[in-house]
Amino acid sequence: MNRLGIIGGVIVIVFVLVAVFAPWIATHDVGATNLTIRYMSPSAAHWCGTDSTGRDIFSRLVFGARISLEVGIVVVAVSAFVGTIIGAIAGFYGGWIDRFMSGYFFNVFLAFPGLLLAIALVAFLGAGLNKLIFALCIIGWVGYARLIRAQVLKVREFDFVQAARALGAGDLRILFVHILPNAIQPLIVQASLGMAGAVLSEASLSFLGLGVPPPAPSWGVMIEEARDLSTLQAAPHALIFPGLAIALTVLAFNFIGDGLREYLDPRQRAR
Amino acid sequence: MKQKALGLLRRAGILILVVWTVVSLVTLLIELVPGDPAIAVLGDQATPEQLAQFRVKHGLDRPPFFFGFPQNAEGQHHFRWYGLDNRYTDYWVAILHGDLGRSFRTDRPVVDLILERYPATIELAFAALLIAVCIAIPLGVVAGKNRGALIDNALSVVALVGISLPGFVIGPMLVYVFAVKLGWLAPSGRFDWSDIILPAFTLGAALSAILTRMVRSSVIEELGEDYVRTARAKGLSERTVVYKHVLKNGLIPVVTVLGLQLGILLAGAIITEKIFGWPGLGLLLVEDGIAKRDYRVVQGCVLAISTTYILANLLTDMVYRRLDPRIRVS
Repeated sequence: MNRLGIIGGVIVIVFVLVAVFAPWIATHDVGATNLTIRYMSPSAAHWCGTDSTGRDIFSRLVFGARISLEVGIVVVAVSAFVGTIIGAIAGFYGGWIDRFMSGYFFNVFLAFPGLLLAIALVAFLGAGLNKLIFALCIIGWVGYARLIRAQVLKVREFDFVQAARALGAGDLRILFVHILPNAIQPLIVQASLGMAGAVLSEASLSFLGLGVPPPAPSWGVMIEEARDLSTLQAAPHALIFPGLAIALTVLAFNFIGDGLREYLDPRQRAR
Repeated sequence: MKQKALGLLRRAGILILVVWTVVSLVTLLIELVPGDPAIAVLGDQATPEQLAQFRVKHGLDRPPFFFGFPQNAEGQHHFRWYGLDNRYTDYWVAILHGDLGRSFRTDRPVVDLILERYPATIELAFAALLIAVCIAIPLGVVAGKNRGALIDNALSVVALVGISLPGFVIGPMLVYVFAVKLGWLAPSGRFDWSDIILPAFTLGAALSAILTRMVRSSVIEELGEDYVRTARAKGLSERTVVYKHVLKNGLIPVVTVLGLQLGILLAGAIITEKIFGWPGLGLLLVEDGIAKRDYRVVQGCVLAISTTYILANLLTDMVYRRLDPRIRVS
C-alpha cells in the first residue's frame, strides 16, 4: 500500500484506541464546567485549553472520538449489509427486479442531495444519536447497493458460476458462496470512504443541532459552541482542536480508501 | 430513431416516477413526528381548543393517506379506507396549484417564503461553483502535466486535505482570520457585495479539491492520446496543446462531476448559510423550519432543494450528451 495509506492506517489505529480507552485517557470530567477557568489557552493542566464554560477540550475530544467511531461503525456496517443484499439481488436476478431496483428505487434515494434526506428525517423524528444513525443508514446503503450490483453483474458471467450451476447449486448458494466473495473486494474501499463520510455527516448534523444533543462532546457540537464571535475572539483553540480532530480522522479514512483502491487496482498503481 | 424515442420516453417515465416518489415521501414526512404535531408546534401549554383549532386550520384532523389502521374502541388496529378525502391528496392538489401550504408559525404561504430565499441560495451556489472551477482547472492542469513530480504530489495532498475539511470547520476559521483578526470582511449577513466572498469560498473549497483531482486525471488520460502527439508534431506550443486541445476534451467528464456535485453543494449550502447567516433556503430550513418546528416550511424547503437537484442533474445529462457525440449515438 502507498505511504499515505499507511499514514492513514496509523492515524485510524490511534483514533480507535483513543475511543476505546477514552475514560483512561481523558484528563478531566467531560461535563464539569468551571467559569473561573473559561477560555484558557493550552497549558500543562489543560492540553487543548478550555471552552466557554471552562470544560477541558482535550477530554471532550477524547470522548468525542467515541461518538464518531460508534456512528461510523454502525452506519457503515448496517449500510454495507443492507446495500450488499439489495445490490446482490438486483444484480443476480436481473430482469424486472433489477430494472425496478436500479432504474427506480436507487434513483429515488439519489434524488435527494447528500445530507438533505438525513436532515429532513432527523428534523421530523427529533434529534438523538439513534435517530441520527438511522437517518445516515437510510442515505448510506444505496452507494453500496450500486457498487455490489455492478460487481455481481460482472462476476455472475464467469465460468465458475456456470460450473456451480451445472453442479446443481441453488440460487442462494451461488450468490452467497460463489459470487459475493468474488464481488466484495471494492466494498472495502467504499467502506473506508464511508467511514469518512459517516464521521463527517455525524459532525455536520450535530453542528446543525440535529445530532447528539449538547452537552455530549460530539466534535460537531464542540465546533458549533466555539464559533460565536466572543468565543472566537477569546479562545480560537476551542474551534481549532475539534476542527483538526474531524479533519484528521476524515483525512485518515480517505487516505486508507485511496491507498486501498490503488492497491486493489493495479492499473491505478502506475498513475 | 424509434429506439431513440423509446429511450427518451423511458427516461422521462423514470424521472416522473422519481419526482412523484420524492414528493410523496416529503408529503408523508410529517407522519414521522413522534406524538401530535400540534403539541410539538404549540407546546404543552396550549389549551385543547387551541390544539383543535390548529389541527383543523392545517388539515391535521384529516386522515393522512388513502387508508389507515386506526384503533377501535377495544384498542385494536383495523384497516380503514378513507378515499380521496385525505391530507396526501390535499398536498398534491396544493402543489399542482403552486401552493405548498401555509407556515405553521407565520401563517404565510410557504411558496412565498421559499421564493424570497431562493435567489440567495442560487447566488451562493454559483459563486462557489465559480471559485471551485477557477481554482481547480489551473491546479489540475499543473498537477496532470507534472505527473509524479513534487508539485503533483503536493497538490494531491492539498486536494485530499481540502476534501476532508468540512465547511463548518473552514467557515468559522475564515471568520476568525478575515473578520475577527484582520477585520477585512463581515462575519455574517448579506448586505454588501463582499459578503459573499467568505461563504462562497467555504462552500467551494471542498468542490475545488474534488475537481482538481478530476481535472488532473483527465489531463493525464488525454495527454496520452494520439491527437496530442499530432498536435505536438505539427509544432504547436505546449501551452496551446494543453489549453486548446487537451482541456477541451478533458473537461467532458468534469462536467458530469460538476452536476453530481451540485447536490453536495446544495446540502453544503445549508451548513454554510447557517455559519454566515446567509439568508437562503438553508437558513430558512434550519432556523425557521427545524428550530421552530415549522414542519410545513421544512417540507417546502426539502422539496425545493430536491427539485433543484433533480433538474440540475437532468440539465447536466443533457449538456453531457451535447458535448460528447459518442454518448448521443449510444
